[in-house]
This record gives sequence, C-alpha cells and structure tokens, in this order.
Amino acid sequence: MYTLVYDGTFEGLLTAVFEIYERKLFHVKLIKGEWRSTAMFEEVVPVVTDDERANRVLAGLRKKLSRAGIQRLYIAHMAEMENEENAIVGFIRYVFDSDQNIEEDYGNKYVMRLSEIIKMVRREKHRMEAFVRFQKLKDETFYSAVEPDFNVLPLLIRHFKSRYADQKWIIYDIKRGYGIYYDLHDTQYISLDFTDVKNAGNVITAFSEDEGIYQHLWKNYFTSVNIVARKNTKLHLRHIPKRYWRHLTEKI
Amino acid sequence: MIADRITEKLNILADAAKYDVSCASSGSKRKNENKGLGNASNGICHSYTEDGRCVSLLKILLTNHCIFDCAYCVSRKNNDIKRAAFTVQEVVDLTINFYRRNYIEGLFLSSGIFKDADYTMERLVRIAKKLRTEHNFNGYIHLKSIPGASDELMREAGMYADRLSVNLEMPTEAGLKLLAPDKNRQDMIDPMNFLKNEIILRTEEKKLFKKAPLFAPAGQSTQVIIGATPESDQQVLQSANYFYKNFNLKRVYYSGYVPVLADKRLPALNTTVPMVRENRLYQADWLMRFYGFNVNEIVNNEQPLLDLDIDPKLSWAIRNMQAFPIDINKADIQLILRVPGIGMLSAQKIVSARKFAKLSLDQLKKIGVAINRARYFIVCKSNEFERRDLTGQNIKQFILAESQSKYIRNTQSQLSLF
Ligand code: SF4
Repeated sequence: MYTLVYDGTFEGLLTAVFEIYERKLFHVKLIKGEWRSTAMFEEVVPVVTDDERANRVLAGLRKKLSRAGIQRLYIAHMAEMENEENAIVGFIRYVFDSDQNIEEDYGNKYVMRLSEIIKMVRREKHRMEAFVRFQKLKDETFYSAVEPDFNVLPLLIRHFKSRYADQKWIIYDIKRGYGIYYDLHDTQYISLDFTDVKNAGNVITAFSEDEGIYQHLWKNYFTSVNIVARKNTKLHLRHIPKRYWRHLTEKI
Repeated sequence: MIADRITEKLNILADAAKYDVSCASSGSKRKNENKGLGNASNGICHSYTEDGRCVSLLKILLTNHCIFDCAYCVSRKNNDIKRAAFTVQEVVDLTINFYRRNYIEGLFLSSGIFKDADYTMERLVRIAKKLRTEHNFNGYIHLKSIPGASDELMREAGMYADRLSVNLEMPTEAGLKLLAPDKNRQDMIDPMNFLKNEIILRTEEKKLFKKAPLFAPAGQSTQVIIGATPESDQQVLQSANYFYKNFNLKRVYYSGYVPVLADKRLPALNTTVPMVRENRLYQADWLMRFYGFNVNEIVNNEQPLLDLDIDPKLSWAIRNMQAFPIDINKADIQLILRVPGIGMLSAQKIVSARKFAKLSLDQLKKIGVAINRARYFIVCKSNEFERRDLTGQNIKQFILAESQSKYIRNTQSQLSLF
C-alpha cells in the first residue's frame, strides 16, 4: 500500500493518476496535505503537481468520457468532500481500465459513489440558491453570508448572475473565507477582511435604512403562513436542517 | 407608522391566503431580459413552514373583503373578522423587495371578491402589469382568476402572469352547491376554457414567431378541497383526471380541509385535517401523470377509496399480482416503473446500468430502490428475491410489519401465521 500525498488541486489529482500508472502503484491511497519526510512508516509518495502530466491524463479522460462526465468529475473534486479522493481516483482508473464509456454503469461502486457525491453537491447548490438571504447595504449592494457543507460557491454564479442582473451582490462563504462579488457587469472572487469572523454573518451597521423593515415583514409573513393544525416538525427539519438556520432571516 | 400598518395588513392578508395550498413556482421559462430583475424557471422553495410546506411565493390576498359567503372560507361575508386591503403599490413594493433579498420566487395573488368579478380581476391584472412593465420584473407571477371575470381581462392577465388558476373548490358540482351557494361551476369552467384555447393558440403562434409574447407560460392549475364534503377518492380523482384531459391543466392541488369555521354543513371544528388522505391523493395524481397509470387502475367501483396504510402503487400491485414478478434486467422501463419501491430516477439508472452487467439486489439497493418493498415483485441476478408464492395480503402484512417495527426482530416469522 502506497500513500500518495497531493496538494488538493484537480491538476494535482490528475498528476497522481499519472504516477499510479507510470510507476504501477496498484494499491494506493490518496491524501491531501503537505508531505513531511518524517512520516516514513509506510511508503509515502509525494505528488508534485505537473500541468503537462495532468493534461495528458485529462486528454485520456476526454476520449473515454462525455463532456458532462468530465464536468461531473471536476465538480466532485472541487466540492472538497473529505476522503473522497479515493473514490474519484477509483472512478478514473475504472474509466481507463474499460474499453467503453462506463459513466452509466451504476452497478460499479465507483460510478455509483461518484453519482452520490454529485447528488450531494447538487443538493447543497440548490440549498444555497434557496437559503441565500441578501441584506441591503447602504451602498445598495446586497450581501449574504453562507456556510455550505461543501465548496459550491463557484456553482452558484450562473444562477445568481442571471437572476439578479440589476443589483450588486456579494455571496460570502464564511467557512472557506472567500466570496463572489457581482458589480452589475461581471463576477469576481473576493476575500473580505473581517476583524472578527463572527461578524461576517451580520453586517448590521452597514444596513440600508429600509433593511430592518423588510426583514421584519418577512419574519411576520413567515409566521402568518404557518397552519398550526398541520404542524409537522420532523418534515420541517428535514427540509431546513438546523445548521442553516443562523443565516436565515426568518429563523433568527 | 407606515411599517406597522403594512405589517398588520400583511398578517391579515397572508393569513387569509394560506389555505390555498398551491405554491409551485415552476414550469415557466421566463428569462431575465435587458438586465432586469429576476427570471422564472425551476421553482425554488426558499423556506418551509413549520408544517413542512414549501414557501416559494409571496402568497397574499389583495383584500379579504368579499361579497360571497362560501361556507369553508375564512373570508366569507358573514364571518366576523378583521378586514384589510392592500393598495396596488404596496403589493408591488413588497414583491420587489422580498424578491431582491432572495426570499421568494415571485408573487401569488388572489383576492376576495369586492364589488364584482371584473372590478376585482382588473386590480389583480394591474399589479402584474406594473411589475412587468414598470419594474422589468421577470420573476414568477401566479394570478387567481376570479370566477366570472371577462375574457378581455383574462387575456390581459395571461400576458403578464406565468400561471393562472381558477379553484374548483369542491370536487363535484353538488359539493359546490352545498357549500358555496353564490358560486356556479360554469363561471369557473368558462375562464378555464377560454385560457386553454388561448394558451393553445399562443403556443402555435410562438412556434411560428419566436418573438411572440409569452402567454401564461406555466399554464393553469386548480385546487379542490378534500374532506369538507363526502366525495370518495374515486370521485376526486375522476374529476382531476377529467380536468387534466380536457383543460390541459398543469396541476390539480388537493387541499385537506382545515376546520376553521363552525357550520352545520361542514365537518365539526375538532375534526383533524385529513393529511394522510391528501398525501395519498398526491401520490395517486403522480401515478396518473408520470407513471403511466390510468385513473381506473388506481380507484374504481370495487376500490373507491385509496388505502391509507400503504401507497397507491403498492396497493395496486398487491391487487394485481398476476402482473409480477418483473425481470429487472429485461423488462421495459414502463413496467419497471410499476414496481413498488422503484421511483423515476432509480428506474432510469436501472435501465442505464443493466447494459453493462446484470444487476443484483445489492446493486439495486445502492441505486436507490426501496428493497423492502420491491423484493416481492421482481427477479434479478441475486437469489435472494422472494420465491415463496405469497398473496397480496401476505405481502402487505410483511411490508407493514417491517416499516412499523424495524427494531423488533422476528416479526416476520410471527406474522406469517396470518
Ligand atoms: S368567493 Fe372566495 S374569498 Fe369570497 S367567500 Fe368564497 S372562497 Fe372566500
């Protein structure tokens, strides 16, 4: 068993696949992190990300997967789910070891796992599209703080850009310390400097004048539409797990 | 203060609107044009009420003043409640400001009938028009069509709204007569008919001229109240089926009656809301629309009521054991869809995956099939599928026993005595 240590990038992962084939390392485990030469109990192989090698692997994948298939692979990796690298590498190896396109071979454990990962990522993306709550700031920018389970911000750009084309907005991932800013023309990645990270979720001092009123109205609306005779807390929690509450205006 | 007055109105008029269950904001394809505000495509539930219903639209009445006296409705003329009315501008401001904060997908506007049908409808249309033309708003708009409104207003409504709906309220005409003496079914059917024809016409036009304006792109829907009158599920579903077929409805919503008023024509105030029945009706509706079931397969003269213990697909399966087992590795997708425990997505995955290799029970489980139900109805690569010659009743007992007492072992062998 070899442990490959890579830098966490997609190119790094593809480079690792290259190493696996070139050095015929068949029993491997891939982990993200910095390589320390002291950890010598097992066979540890550092992977040095190499664009050329990564591109060769990618080119190989392109021959055997559809475009959507490649995209799914990329998204699955970008989500940064813990310890899922091995499922992704397993999938890639299965792709190379088969003669046909195996994207829909759901009987295979790697294909199925990848499809589960994608499903989880999609659900998180949908949740963010639903649970973003903008607060209007004095300069007319609409600001929202989020803490998604996985890294999905890049997947949100298209939706929010086409919906809120006529207002400036920021969606900020507090957990991962970066956000997207739309300036009425384009989006860019930004990182904000909060002296106290706890404040990132609530920037009340910078609120526009009417912000408080609309938050209040929304909370009222939320209470009014409830039908007490139909209360179903279990269902409610399944739809909005508690960890999302702290950024939902109606739940604060 | 102005904020307080709006808050009060909002509380009253949201409260009065909440019994209308339809909240879908999907099915439209309105794009954001000229860098305006919003779009409408796959509706998003932005929040959920404590009873687990989706909150996707700002659902309010323009006013709860009403000249009618429908027994089941909180806004009825003779009910002694606080009345309120929004101005056109207030509704517009609320919609835009909620939308910009990503609280909602759009507006669902209904109203009590004040003065007459056209007068009311005209106000609703004016709000939609203002949102579209003055605010370049492309979010979702659902307008309730007031029964008896003129064709002219309905046509205008269709120009600005994504969806229009006329509530049938009661599954049958007799039920309506009893509880809503001011209403007449023809007044509801006329605008539906008008819209159906208009939508067909406009869709044709759109095919020829890409630039032809949208007309109610999300179609029309309706709602029936369940449990206020004694109709059977057969009557309810037959009537839904009739409206799906004849009026191209996108959705029929079933709303379990919430007893809010004391009236000798209605169930007593302490009656519980028929939530399980409502859920079964939605499942049955789903089977008719997506799973290729004919309404008579689900309910008929022998079986006029839906089984409350088990879902309608399972219920159909155990009454039709001759249709099983189905070979997962060979059968047509239409047949696979009829297996209890297999949903649309699983069925598609099965059909894709079996091209590579025959599937076993274990793999089916991973794919997402509910094996505890499906195993009685299929054959696949494994040997573990059910081989005993069980009757439908046996199967129902097994499945119920398993789902109710997962933690008690050996229930199965005990139950097989029956
Ligand atoms: S017409 Fe509508 S608002 Fe008026 S009483 Fe009947 S259901 Fe209620």
